[in-house]
Amino acid sequence: MTTCCARRGLGAVLAGGALLLTGLVQAEDSTQDAIAEYRAMFGDDNPAELWQARGEVLWRAPRGPKKVSLQACDLGLGAGVIDGAYAQLPRWFDDTGQVQDLESRLVSCVTTLQGIPREQFLKVKFGDGDQQSDLEALTAYVVAASRGKPIVLPLRHPAEQAAYALGKAVFRYRAGPHDFACATCHADAGKRIRLQELPQLTTAAGAREAYTHWPAYRISQGELRTMEWRLQDCFRQQRLPQLKFGSEVAIGLTMFLAKTAEGGTLAAPGIKR
Amino acid sequence: MSDPMRIRAVVKGEKVEVKILIAHAMETGQRKDAEGTVVPARYITKISASCNGREVLAADWGPSVSKNPYLSFRFKGGAKGDKLKITWTDTAGDSRSDEVSIA
Amino acid sequence: MFPGRRRLLIQLGRTGLAALTLASGLVPRLARAVEARPAFTAAGITDALKALGIANPAQSEAIHFRAPDIAENGAAVPVEVESALPGTREILLLVEKNPHVMSASFSFPDGTDAYVATRVKVAESSLIHAVIRTDAGAFYNAKLVKVTLGGCGG
Repeated sequence: MTTCCARRGLGAVLAGGALLLTGLVQAEDSTQDAIAEYRAMFGDDNPAELWQARGEVLWRAPRGPKKVSLQACDLGLGAGVIDGAYAQLPRWFDDTGQVQDLESRLVSCVTTLQGIPREQFLKVKFGDGDQQSDLEALTAYVVAASRGKPIVLPLRHPAEQAAYALGKAVFRYRAGPHDFACATCHADAGKRIRLQELPQLTTAAGAREAYTHWPAYRISQGELRTMEWRLQDCFRQQRLPQLKFGSEVAIGLTMFLAKTAEGGTLAAPGIKR
Repeated sequence: MSDPMRIRAVVKGEKVEVKILIAHAMETGQRKDAEGTVVPARYITKISASCNGREVLAADWGPSVSKNPYLSFRFKGGAKGDKLKITWTDTAGDSRSDEVSIA
Repeated sequence: MFPGRRRLLIQLGRTGLAALTLASGLVPRLARAVEARPAFTAAGITDALKALGIANPAQSEAIHFRAPDIAENGAAVPVEVESALPGTREILLLVEKNPHVMSASFSFPDGTDAYVATRVKVAESSLIHAVIRTDAGAFYNAKLVKVTLGGCGG
């Protein structure tokens, strides 16, 4: 059973094939340059702004049976502080007794402060066409307030350390009909699927490249997609069972990626293929 | 009920540079949803931009303009504080106008 | 008769109006009503230009057309057109291999630069044509944009 990842033949040494390989590598380099030009042409004009704007309205609006806004929501830096909050998530929260990522923390605030039932709020978790997701909008808004900030994750609390350890273990855990783990595609340098270069998520550089640009407007979806969506979709592509939203595994993997990317500067919401 | 456009209109020398992001599905009528049903066509057909009531751009669009469309153009004769209004109309007969002050 | 009707009702319950229009055959007629502009229903570049009343535009390098050589995703391909041709009135964007060749047209009153940037859908690797209408006739420039397949599927 072959994996869908291919290794670039940079290290191959074949007398007759050396020139051919050089040609291939050059072709690949120019392809990556062309893709870089495609991405650059989007500039700063990211449709994610549309979600950010909607998220701000949702944050400020008095909603739910309790008719309050989310301005008392504590994302770890105090009630209502969103500036830099995403850069310090996931983290332990005393009031819920859990390590939470941004998305599960938003759910806590929406259910506790506004009284909106969890099932109702998460009915449209990930938007599609006319169905808008409030979660995506709120996530985009809060994440944008950490743009330019470095990721800071001291992991002082034992539960935070445990979440990191779980994520690290799951990253390497092979399962499913293809015996895939995240590590199958993301633990080595120089891997790609078709023309997509795969980031090596086990190094700081690779983790930063990926993590600092999520959530992102996904052009192929025409929607803003969050980190929980990204992880769920990876699980789907590996033919693993569906990753539960806000589960210990989802939060653990996020913690592992974020911690590995620590020190990197957030550029999210980004724009992706 | 559509979401507001994001409009950036900035004076750059003699000209005003405008960049717009519009929330619109721009459905071609060829996409199928998860159940295999064709999603009906619904896309912006007309765009107009005016500065203090003077038209500065008009456009006719079809379904192959991208979803959540982006548009940028430049015009003379606009000053800081002037009102720039952008209006779109789509195949469903929906319409939306948003206005900003030129910065 | 009845099974068909039940199916229709079940579909209605699930997908509402879309299913109703499909089942009653309204969609083809709706599609025509949705798009009445001849240029926008044209199947190929030649027909689109004919519908626009443009015959044999000459190529011109005074049309600066910027688009990526490779588009990572054809759903949104950034394009930028600036016409240095005097008396430019309109910029038209046509994507040769699209089912709807005519993408957009932009009109520029006096005082507005003959410049536009937008993003278009490109169904498959294709030439994109920027056709310019000026007081002195029509011109064009074209750019080949290759559309790649996604990585792990989306």
